[in-house]
Amino acid sequence: MEPTPPDPERQMQPAPLKPPGHPDSGLEAAIREEAEGAPEDSSGLGTMTENNFWLKKIEISVSEAEKRTGRNAMNMQETYTAYLIETRSVEHADGQSVLTDSLWRRYSEFELLRNYLLVYYPHIVVPPLPEKRAEFVWHKLSADNMDPDFVERRRIGLENFLLRVASHPILCRDKIFYLFLTQEGNWKETVNETGFQLKVDSRLKALNATFRVKNPDKRFTELKHYSDELQSVISHLLRVRARVADRLYGVYKVHGNYGRVFSEWSAIEKEMGDGLQSAGHHMDVYASSIDDILEDEEHYADQLKEYLFYAEALRAVCRKHELMQYDLEMAAQDLASKKQQCEELATGTVRTFSLKGMTTKLFGQETPEQREARIKVLEEQINEGEQQLKSKNLEGREFVKNAWADIERFKEQKNRDLKEALISYAIMQISMCKKGIQVWTNAKECFSKM
Amino acid sequence: MESERGASGAPRSADLPARGAGGDDPGGGVPFPGSGSGSSPLLPTDVLSLDEDEDDLEVFSKDASLMDMNSFSPVMPTSPLSMINQIKFEDEPDLKDLFITVDEPESHVTTIETFITYRIITKTSRGEFDSSEFEVRRRYQDFLWLKGKLEESHPTLIIPPLPEKFIVKGMVERFNDDFIETRRKALHKFLNRIADHPTLTFNEDFKVFLTAEAWDLSSHKKQGPGLLSRMGQTVKAVASSMRGVKNRPEEFMEMNNFIEIFSQKINLIDKISQRIYKEEREYFDEMKEYGPIHILWSASEEDLVDILKGIASCIDKCRKATERRMSGLSEALLPVVHEYVLYSEMLMGVMKRRDQIQAELDSKIEALTSKKGDPHLLTEEIGRLEDKVECANNALKADWERWKQNMQNDIKSAFTDMAEENIHYYEQCLATWESFLTSQTELHLEEDSEDKL
Repeated sequence: MEPTPPDPERQMQPAPLKPPGHPDSGLEAAIREEAEGAPEDSSGLGTMTENNFWLKKIEISVSEAEKRTGRNAMNMQETYTAYLIETRSVEHADGQSVLTDSLWRRYSEFELLRNYLLVYYPHIVVPPLPEKRAEFVWHKLSADNMDPDFVERRRIGLENFLLRVASHPILCRDKIFYLFLTQEGNWKETVNETGFQLKVDSRLKALNATFRVKNPDKRFTELKHYSDELQSVISHLLRVRARVADRLYGVYKVHGNYGRVFSEWSAIEKEMGDGLQSAGHHMDVYASSIDDILEDEEHYADQLKEYLFYAEALRAVCRKHELMQYDLEMAAQDLASKKQQCEELATGTVRTFSLKGMTTKLFGQETPEQREARIKVLEEQINEGEQQLKSKNLEGREFVKNAWADIERFKEQKNRDLKEALISYAIMQISMCKKGIQVWTNAKECFSKM
Repeated sequence: MESERGASGAPRSADLPARGAGGDDPGGGVPFPGSGSGSSPLLPTDVLSLDEDEDDLEVFSKDASLMDMNSFSPVMPTSPLSMINQIKFEDEPDLKDLFITVDEPESHVTTIETFITYRIITKTSRGEFDSSEFEVRRRYQDFLWLKGKLEESHPTLIIPPLPEKFIVKGMVERFNDDFIETRRKALHKFLNRIADHPTLTFNEDFKVFLTAEAWDLSSHKKQGPGLLSRMGQTVKAVASSMRGVKNRPEEFMEMNNFIEIFSQKINLIDKISQRIYKEEREYFDEMKEYGPIHILWSASEEDLVDILKGIASCIDKCRKATERRMSGLSEALLPVVHEYVLYSEMLMGVMKRRDQIQAELDSKIEALTSKKGDPHLLTEEIGRLEDKVECANNALKADWERWKQNMQNDIKSAFTDMAEENIHYYEQCLATWESFLTSQTELHLEEDSEDKL
């Protein structure tokens, strides 16, 4: 399966494949990309601001899901679902699409991809994956991961994830993402070779920073609050919706019993018989109509769920900012203390408590040579520190700028998507009402003919 | 259905004076709102809010006496639907001359017990009644007595059913408001069904029930066959029915078969209908939080405030529509279905009594053929019993046809009403959501054109 999408190499910057030890290699690359402005080609791929220029060129679909068995890392038998990802390139002239790549991936590989993107694009609100386990289940829905309806909804969710990444102006250019779509074998090894796992900020470190940071950008603090509220309100809404769906199911289904009883009763009735029988049929239709209605509503719930999970992605960006800011504050503090130490050594005044000061008192003053040597070391450190502080400052400001740009992009996307979802909910209700009117009008006619 | 409603009309109570005469009328009776200062009850037709149906209006407008029937409405809050049901009881529409209402449940506490009485107002133009209006108070026990007397006097007529003494399921206390209201409505129906029955309406005990003061009723109750003799009859009845019915005529076999199956089915329908009501109630309860969550959400979303508030309002409106649907169900469908559940039990009793009467005859015939006892006496008795059987069978046959016809009408209209309630519910919800969608689309177009500027 030779991949021949139009000039992928040129669009793919091998940015993330820097050696480990460059914690912000991804960020630097991203900055560089943005600084470069529009790509060199003239095929109208668009500038950074055009969100779906990648989509113009390729179509991605997660078209199938298949149950598989295999052996896991501990050599134990396991059952899992694999998803078929097909990539098509769209020819300009006639709009026809040609299948260029097709491979199978499982959910854990999607997770790996996402974790990688989180590390290398910390200033981006990375699209979330569909839920790992079924939540907000109402009684008819199965909580089983192997249940075909769940698998189907997950398939759609995974496709949605890939489309979101592909339509993101920055993420779509990532090589690992490209390889995810095109290189079936060895992809996992390639990702792991980037060593991204080593660069993951530890939770503990992040928590520490969150508590101790003194001057985070206020916008991020507000964003954190917003994402908490968003998560809480959507969870609540989904829970209540599930309960309401359960009740509605009950109302519809009980009517189905009328069908059976009317039919049996009609056997003993001469004049009423026909009316009863046909009315019963409509009661059956009514009872079974709820299945489709609630299935549609489940898709609506999935749309809301995506934004529930997006809340966590927002928080991840805020955390990164807090980490960087804390790091900066610590570096500044450290520099300041070193400068003070240096000054004290130079002028001979001891204002601050130090171990050296103590030992000096106990064991006598140090020699001028020793003092000179120490001052020299400190001066070097101070120099280095000042450089680092400068670059950290720059990095921090760049991060804030870029992150905020993506957050603005995200906000607009969110408003659009949620509006659309809510409108589609209204449309679903309208369709349900129309069906109801039809069935009951038919039933009424049957009743009146009895 | 329209034609039936139209046919029942013209009550003759135009002849009624506006107020009852004499001391029967306890002070503070309800004035007829239809009649002004007590003179002619003729009214302009726009007062009639009973029915939007044009045909009915045309018929009733010529007959101002319908106003009298309307005058019951403030006394007893009947919905237009159940008023129409009342009218449908008519067998001979032109001759309805007895109007009964049951209302004003009141609690009475004595040292021994607590019980409820209901006020019964009777208005009539019949000569055999001493007055044209009566007001009495009766308790459930009195209704039971009346039913017993009717069954005694007319063993093979289909006596209307009484509401149950207790409802075991879900009864918290004997006298909660819903229970009393349901019972009151059922008692009202019970008396009106008797009034509409061509034979039962002239029953003497019925008249006493409607008119006698409390002490008169008690003494009347004490008359009639003593307790012991009544018990004796019951024992005999049980014994004879145990013998089984060998010679039940074909048509009664069919009838019995029908009753058995009907009873099964109507019981199921009763259960299903109650269950639907319960599910709708639970749906209504869950919806309570659903709208407000959207409002809560709108507090943190600047751009989505309008749409979220719009959705919340739609949900709340649909919730109200659900409430209305539930109450429609409980008024139009549930009482009717339940009444026929009780009817089906009643019918089985009627069949048994008919079988009993025949069994009496059969046993006498058997005695004659096996030469046990005085042939002359037996032949005489047989003659008498043959007449009795023939009467009973004919009475039942006629009443059966009447009952079936009524059942068909009642069931048909109850389910048609249910369908109508559902249609109305969905229409209301549809209108709500559609208008929301329209407003959103308009808004969207506005925003678009603003963006373009």
